[in-house]
Amino acid sequence: MQRLNYAAPKTVNEAVSLLAGASGPAKLMSGGTDLLVQLRSGRLKPELIVDLKHVPGLIGIREEAGGFVIGASTPGATLEAHAGLKAAWPGVVEAMDLIGSEQIQGRASLAGNLCNASPAADSVPAMIAAGAVAVVVGAKGRREVPVEAIPTAPGRTSLAKDEFILEIRLPPRPAHSGDAYLRFIPRTEMDIAVVGCGVNVTLDAAGVCTAARVVLGAVAPTAVLVPAAAAALIGHKLDAATLAKLDAAAQAACKPITDKRGTIEYRTKVAGVMARRTAAIAFERAQGRAVKGH
Amino acid sequence: MNYIVPQSELKIVGTRPVRPDGVDKVTGRATFGADMTLPGMIWGKVKRSPHAHARIVSIDASKALALPGVKAVVTAADFPEIANEEAFVGEGPMNFRDLSRNCMARDKALYEGHAVAAVAATSQAIADEAIELIDVRYEVLPHVIDVEAAMAPGAPVLHEDMFTTGVEPKPAKPSNIAKRVSFTKGDVAAGFAEADVIVEGRYTTQPVHQAYIEPHACVAAVSADGQAQIYSSTQGQFMVRAYSAKVLGWEIANLRSYPMEIGGGFGGKTVVYLEPLALLLAQKSGRPVKMMMTREDVFRASGPTSGAVIEVKIGAKRDGAIVAAREVLKYQAGAFAGSPIGPGCMCGLALYDLPNVEVIGYDVVSNRPKVAAYRAPGAPITSFAIESALDELACKLNIDPLALREMNGARDGTKTHYGVTHKDIGFLSVLEAARSHPHYKAPLQPGQGRGIACGFWFNIGGESSGAVHVNEDGSVSVVSGNPDIGGSRASMAMMAAEVLGVPMDQVRPIVGDTASIGFSFLTGGSRVTFATGMAVTQAAEKVVDQLKTRAAQIWDIPVDAVEWKDGKAWPAGLNAGAFEPLSVAQIALKAGRTGGPIGSEVSLNAQGAGAGFGCHICDVEVDKETGHVKILRYTAIQDVGKAIHPAYVEGQIQGGAAQGIGWALNEEYIYDKNGKLENAGFLDYRVPVASDLPLIEAVMVEVPNPRHPFGVRGVGEVPIVPPMAAVANAVRSATGLRMEHLPISPPKLRAAVDAEAKAG
Amino acid sequence: MSKHHVTTTINGEAVEFLCETQETLLDVLRNTLNLTGSKEGCASGDCGACTVIMDGKMVCSCLVLGVEAEGSSVTTVEGIADGETLHPVQRKFLEHAALQCGFCTPGFIVATKALLDANPNPTEEEARYWLAGNLCRCTGYDKIIRAVMDAAAEMRGEARAA
Repeated sequence: MQRLNYAAPKTVNEAVSLLAGASGPAKLMSGGTDLLVQLRSGRLKPELIVDLKHVPGLIGIREEAGGFVIGASTPGATLEAHAGLKAAWPGVVEAMDLIGSEQIQGRASLAGNLCNASPAADSVPAMIAAGAVAVVVGAKGRREVPVEAIPTAPGRTSLAKDEFILEIRLPPRPAHSGDAYLRFIPRTEMDIAVVGCGVNVTLDAAGVCTAARVVLGAVAPTAVLVPAAAAALIGHKLDAATLAKLDAAAQAACKPITDKRGTIEYRTKVAGVMARRTAAIAFERAQGRAVKGH
Repeated sequence: MNYIVPQSELKIVGTRPVRPDGVDKVTGRATFGADMTLPGMIWGKVKRSPHAHARIVSIDASKALALPGVKAVVTAADFPEIANEEAFVGEGPMNFRDLSRNCMARDKALYEGHAVAAVAATSQAIADEAIELIDVRYEVLPHVIDVEAAMAPGAPVLHEDMFTTGVEPKPAKPSNIAKRVSFTKGDVAAGFAEADVIVEGRYTTQPVHQAYIEPHACVAAVSADGQAQIYSSTQGQFMVRAYSAKVLGWEIANLRSYPMEIGGGFGGKTVVYLEPLALLLAQKSGRPVKMMMTREDVFRASGPTSGAVIEVKIGAKRDGAIVAAREVLKYQAGAFAGSPIGPGCMCGLALYDLPNVEVIGYDVVSNRPKVAAYRAPGAPITSFAIESALDELACKLNIDPLALREMNGARDGTKTHYGVTHKDIGFLSVLEAARSHPHYKAPLQPGQGRGIACGFWFNIGGESSGAVHVNEDGSVSVVSGNPDIGGSRASMAMMAAEVLGVPMDQVRPIVGDTASIGFSFLTGGSRVTFATGMAVTQAAEKVVDQLKTRAAQIWDIPVDAVEWKDGKAWPAGLNAGAFEPLSVAQIALKAGRTGGPIGSEVSLNAQGAGAGFGCHICDVEVDKETGHVKILRYTAIQDVGKAIHPAYVEGQIQGGAAQGIGWALNEEYIYDKNGKLENAGFLDYRVPVASDLPLIEAVMVEVPNPRHPFGVRGVGEVPIVPPMAAVANAVRSATGLRMEHLPISPPKLRAAVDAEAKAG
Repeated sequence: MSKHHVTTTINGEAVEFLCETQETLLDVLRNTLNLTGSKEGCASGDCGACTVIMDGKMVCSCLVLGVEAEGSSVTTVEGIADGETLHPVQRKFLEHAALQCGFCTPGFIVATKALLDANPNPTEEEARYWLAGNLCRCTGYDKIIRAVMDAAAEMRGEARAA
């Protein structure tokens, strides 16, 4: 039987050289909440697990230049407990918080959720809507990549064999801006999103939208940024006509599949519903009102 | 004796003491099946069929056996062939040939996950590797999953020797319909001719799993002389002993079966899966063997209950009096015959006093795991259909749904369509309690709806043993033969303490293994507090008689001059003499000199289990855009006879209601086109989580069962019967939509909303 | 060396063990250390029966590798009571009959303790969402939630909640 090795590097360089030098398939581990399930099911058969949690900077949150830098392996519970991050990016924090149970929150991370590359990953649409950037390190050095460029297909990423995400950067918040994330699941907790939606908007003083990013999850092989949905919002307040256009644009962007968690028809309709409801929360927040998300 | 007295006259029964096994369970000390370890123990694993239906061409285990650490491999060839004959066990039929073939596939694999071989090895990792090395060649056969597809002419036939019983003439060709049953009362055609209003519907339910949180687990050990021990998580240690012995062809006396703590069963642990395999692996390897199912194994290979198709037709006069009912039920049995079609045919209409009834049922096999008992087996399915149809009838007649049930409800003397006449039942009292409950009148907001539905279960008695022993220090041991699945040790101790007149903490209840207590039928059918409680009560009474006799000896007075009161022997009146009362401890101290140990074991076959009725009230809010149903408020009213420990009775009612809500809204089996289960895990088999539910109010109506010393009726099964229709009727009230197909999942409800909008 | 040598702290005691990479913390607790209070209900993080507190965070021990316990501090259900004195959460579960079969109970006890450590005054809704990762099939959660709310009230020094 092929032996499974484990390494817990203490520096970025050590981690990179372990990955670069691995003779067989290697898997990165942050919280391990997806990895261990996949190991057990036999879906993944790596020869090496590289546990990144001991690399300096991989766990923790700091404010920098008006934005936030989140260590790639920082567990969700730590994001949830960070008042400043929660105030600035409630949508991102809530999206992360929706993943699994409180127990999962003790381990699961933004980068793990991103690199697992599930089309239904909750934090990903929220991060993309926020304009988050992943700082990637590898044998060739360091590069900054928009989060949406990391997952390429279900279970696949654009990272090279020797690369991993060091941190996630969230930009500074302009005035009158707000974000939100909602997902639909059959229960109230513990499910995988049937549809997820992240919305990030900036308004002018009169409440008219000047910038927007709308992202849908679980309706295509990867999370999809929907410019047409953003266009439906920009230049408008959130009136009934705008909501109807947003709904239609969201539905038009869907390329879902029918699977055990939902049909094409259902996912498409609910994508419109989620877009409207998420936008409503984001607009409220942009106008300075604290609104409960999910 | 009879203790059916006002609560004020009872000291222990009817109170809420801490359960005797509680501390072990909140500290992690309680030992469940998988927690058992024996010296020298090795690990057993099962190789399962990846195909829904396949002929097993060959099995080559040579590579597995050559792997270092592998100690034994077993396949069907290691088990004896068993004759195809049906026995009746407890609540249902049991065919030991089928049981054997379900434990280990012979000739054909009949569902994905069907066991085809098992190995024992020195570590779990080696056992897993060995499983991969067993080479099984299959000839894949066409498969069939759904019940009506399995009944259709030309469907792939699972069993070449299955000829439908109950039809004349006997069919010439085999089919997947194991049997047809029917019940008639009166003349339905004439009844429908009299009806002013008729409702008809075709309802479907999905199979749902008991979903106990503890996967099946056991440890087996066999010594060189053939004496064997089996430690398992089961609803019946005697069942494990008998079934394992039967499947293995061993003598019952050579098997000693130990019940471990059981992590939920709900009917699903009333059969064996792993135990015969573990015993055979232990025998072959000469080592104790532990086996555990994974959660995926539990879903793929242990019993859910049936999914079904039910056609209902009910006719009534304009005032609501029902004049005729007709029901056709098609129940999935899984890969082997034996769905709960019998109770399915009986229970739905047993609640009502109906002049004309016709019920026809079919027991149908298909390439799914064999169904196992699940809480009131068969009744929730039929009641979903009947109680939904009654709601439609109430809507059509513009009658209050509770009034419709009050008008037609069964009462003492009502003769059911299956021939039994109801006696000492509390259905009308339950309906009265529902009507007077504030929930029934509470206002609703727009978008919300309220539904009610009722349910019935027979409850059973049966063979039970209970022993009461007074220890040397006056403490009392109570031994029963029934695994404690929801607090029965507490109720056994409470009944014994009440009879003895001693405090609850003086009584220590345990569940005995098969060699330390007399035969007891398994924990099921809501029978333990009734039947085993009866045995324990009688044993305690015999102990009281002995204690009185011993006191009489100590005092040297006639025994009828001794009376037993407040846990002590007292001289009965002035003529008996002046003696200080003697406590149990004082009498126990002198037991050696007054005739030896004090104790009694009673084995009986308890008759006269009282039937149970419930009525549930459910409020929902429907999100019509997503199809999501939120349960806002839930009240479950039930006739419980007499609640020995009311908190655990409430717990049964609340737990049953929660399971029913899961059945109503989200639980289902999803198969792909190859007949493989796609949601074999708790992620996508969606049982309710804490945030899905409101508090569930349990209302206990106590109409004592006169055939039990304390008035007990079974309580554990009735509460799962009404919820599916209660939820569906509430959705109907909120949206105007009749959801005839379970589960009422968001996509289905949204589709119904859209279809209605389209229809305008 | 074929196995990892792990030094850790469990329930306040220094512990050493050997494990393979693929062995989870739950495997190690149950099969190597004989701490069988943590239960395996799913091995996929969906049922919560294996909940432990690791370095102050509540986790499913089935989703932690044993080797990751190196240098950490783990509290299991066996470490919740103070010797023979039950923790208030344990006592309230008993008083409210908040268990039937008892298999999910260890996970609920640990998760409830973690909840009340983090939030001494949860609403019923907060308690339900916090405990959504702990499945119970017996009770319908009613009595569990009552026990949690009552334990919280007692630990805050308030009179018994209704």
